[in-house]
Amino acid sequence: MLINQFLLLGAFLFCTGVYGVLVRRNAVLVLMSIELILNSVNLNLLAFAMRNGSDVSGHVFALYVVAVAAAEVGVGLALVLLIYRNRRSIALDELSSMKG
Amino acid sequence: MFFLDHAWLIPVLPAVAFAIILLVGKRLPGKGAEIGITAILASLVLSLLAAAQWIQRVNDAGAGHEGALGFFTTLGRSIAPRAATAGGEHAAVVEPVIHSITWWQSGSTTFGIGTHIDGLAVALVVVVTIISSLVQIFSLEYMRGDRRYTHYFAGLSLFTAGMLNLVVAENTLQLLLGWEIMGLCSFMLIGHWWEEQANSDAALKAFFTTRTGDIGLLVGISIVFFGAGQTFSIYETNEMATNGQISHLVLLMASIALFIAVIGKSGQFPLHTWLPDAMAGPTPVSALIHAATMVVAGVYLVARLYPVFYDGFSIGNGGVNPMVLIGGITILIAAALAFVQVDIKKVLAYSTVSQLGYMVMGLGAGAWTAAVFHIFTHAFFKALLFLGAGSISHSGSHHSFNMKTSMGGLRKKMPITFWTFIIGTLALAGIFPFAGFWSKDEILVAAGANGYSTFMVIGLIGAFMTAAYMTRCVYLTFFGEYRGGDHHGDVHAPDPALVGALHASEGNEELTLEHDLAVAHDDHGHGVPAHGAAAHGGHDEHFEPHESPLLLTVPLMILAALAMFGGLLNAAPFGIEKFKDWVEPTIAYPEFAHADFSYSKAIVSVCLALAGGVIVFALYQRDLGRLRGLTRRSRLASAGYTFLWNKYYLDDLYEKGVVYFIKKPLAAAMYWINQHVIDGVVNGVGRGSVGVGRWTYRHIDQQVVDGAVNGAGLAAGSSGGFLRTLQTGRVSQYGALLFAAAGIGALILVIVV
Repeated sequence: MLINQFLLLGAFLFCTGVYGVLVRRNAVLVLMSIELILNSVNLNLLAFAMRNGSDVSGHVFALYVVAVAAAEVGVGLALVLLIYRNRRSIALDELSSMKG
Repeated sequence: MFFLDHAWLIPVLPAVAFAIILLVGKRLPGKGAEIGITAILASLVLSLLAAAQWIQRVNDAGAGHEGALGFFTTLGRSIAPRAATAGGEHAAVVEPVIHSITWWQSGSTTFGIGTHIDGLAVALVVVVTIISSLVQIFSLEYMRGDRRYTHYFAGLSLFTAGMLNLVVAENTLQLLLGWEIMGLCSFMLIGHWWEEQANSDAALKAFFTTRTGDIGLLVGISIVFFGAGQTFSIYETNEMATNGQISHLVLLMASIALFIAVIGKSGQFPLHTWLPDAMAGPTPVSALIHAATMVVAGVYLVARLYPVFYDGFSIGNGGVNPMVLIGGITILIAAALAFVQVDIKKVLAYSTVSQLGYMVMGLGAGAWTAAVFHIFTHAFFKALLFLGAGSISHSGSHHSFNMKTSMGGLRKKMPITFWTFIIGTLALAGIFPFAGFWSKDEILVAAGANGYSTFMVIGLIGAFMTAAYMTRCVYLTFFGEYRGGDHHGDVHAPDPALVGALHASEGNEELTLEHDLAVAHDDHGHGVPAHGAAAHGGHDEHFEPHESPLLLTVPLMILAALAMFGGLLNAAPFGIEKFKDWVEPTIAYPEFAHADFSYSKAIVSVCLALAGGVIVFALYQRDLGRLRGLTRRSRLASAGYTFLWNKYYLDDLYEKGVVYFIKKPLAAAMYWINQHVIDGVVNGVGRGSVGVGRWTYRHIDQQVVDGAVNGAGLAAGSSGGFLRTLQTGRVSQYGALLFAAAGIGALILVIVV
């Protein structure tokens, strides 16, 4: 089985995620885009792991990423919630108080 | 054999005491003296126990006990014992106990430090600790109230530590260490009362004179080091020299260099001049220097490295060699000088020089055992005499050492001092059966038997002179009328000899002045030297001679006992040769020939000594008879007296001759070089530096360095301004930058890889 399909799909997902992160103003959507990026990476890891046959390190790595991603989303949503409470908005382009 | 294996404790204890005294001595109730005395007594006990074990070891070896034999190691190399000489007297070989640790390492050369304990070391360690203990106890009272009391005891401790280190030294380098420590300590102690110019001059003189010889030691040790295949070990050096593994020429060079060191340290002619001047120090220090440490070090060096000298100077052949020659000359010239001294300590000092001459002559004549035995016995009676002189000045003559002006008739007033002094004198003069008789006689007999008859005769003449000048000294001190009472300002006793000297030097202001200085020598240390007699009236009108307290007399009595019976350790006619059995090395040293005891020679030497004493005593008792005023009447006698009084003009030779001629042209040349070459170079360098500095300031500092500094600031500022615009605070822009950077990085990766 070729791994091209997996890699292409991963690249597509990655680009979608990047696009979402850069363009979207809604913080929740940005978080979701980040999930897409992470999962595209997972896809790549699993594809290469499959190609390497018995080596399970790719699987382990992917599981790690899933676990960390879950934690990250938890923290991220908490942040978004707090921002919303403070500002009644979750539009990221308005959060420029750390301007240099 | 614990005490032989741990002999390193013996020198370490006084060294530690030195440090403790310096650190906390002043705050202790005894001002540090108790530390020094405790340490030296502990060392004494250790050395006596070591001596006992050494005797045990010798006896074991003699009984065929194999336990004392075997291999031993030094610095990791094991040395096989020399095969016992077949059929010889010394079939039983007693090995020295050698221990060594690495001191430091340089390349492939290891410098060790350790202990080399054999009969010689044990004998010397015992002598040094006994004398040093007694000297320190004596000093308790003698130095009481001195302004540098604590430092004095610190100095004594370090002095003893230096000598003990030299005695137990495993290698020549360690020996050099002890040697130099003593040089330093003698300087400190001779100049103990340095407020007076004469004392600090004497200290400097002692230091420089011995340093002259020390150069020889350094050179000699280096020659021996390379000659013996790069080892400092005394044992290995001796073994190789004995077995002929070092070429004769190398040994000759080494012996000459080392002997120069001996001449300097042991006060041999012509470098003996510092020893009498060293009397400027406190009297117990003189006792220590003359009996146990310092001057004995030179003789000990010869005894220790005897195979080197034995082969180098071809002693076994019976020819005249530098050592026996210098020793013989020293005996006579020093004995002659002792006749004209008015200072009791200087008489003793010259007698030490003379006795050291005996030792060196004995060693030069192959009489190793006799010479070492003389070191042993001489230590006791010389320390006794010096401490006796100290006791006299302390209680009898009011801090003066002038026999002519402040002593006389002390026999009744100071009975203990008198009798102990007499014992010391008899021992020094070599009267049967006191200690000096046995050792001196042995030297003379051995010298005669080894083919040095001329030097045996010199030794006999020396014995005669020794007895004579010591009798003069005793008479002036203890007999006749007491002259110290009320001589206000009258320094010049009506002594014919002295008057003659002054008479002879009429119109010679310098001599008179010098004479005054010499007469004024005293041991006060309170900054009122001037004339010995004048100082009296100053602060004690009713001074009465009396016997010294027990702290002074007990050491005297102990030493007197040793001076009486010490010689019996090696009394050949009684069949006692313990000293020879215990001390004489049986390995790594040449075989020593032993002359049989000769009754005729012994009787001759004792008769000569007695004659010398009796003649002088009779002359003084009869008020010198027709000899009075001889120096005034006879031009020859006065010339001789002046010659002796000026110490053969050796000091003048050194000061006005050698020093002047070295100083003048050399100083002029040095001044010229200094002015023209060095100053030129210095000025040139200075000018060049200024030019370079100016150029550097203008071009490099102002433009390059300042430019760089300013540029760095500017660059930081402007780049900061640019980067500031990037900080929009918008997360998505940061993200865009991040991804752009990651994309560029990925692109580079793809292109490059």
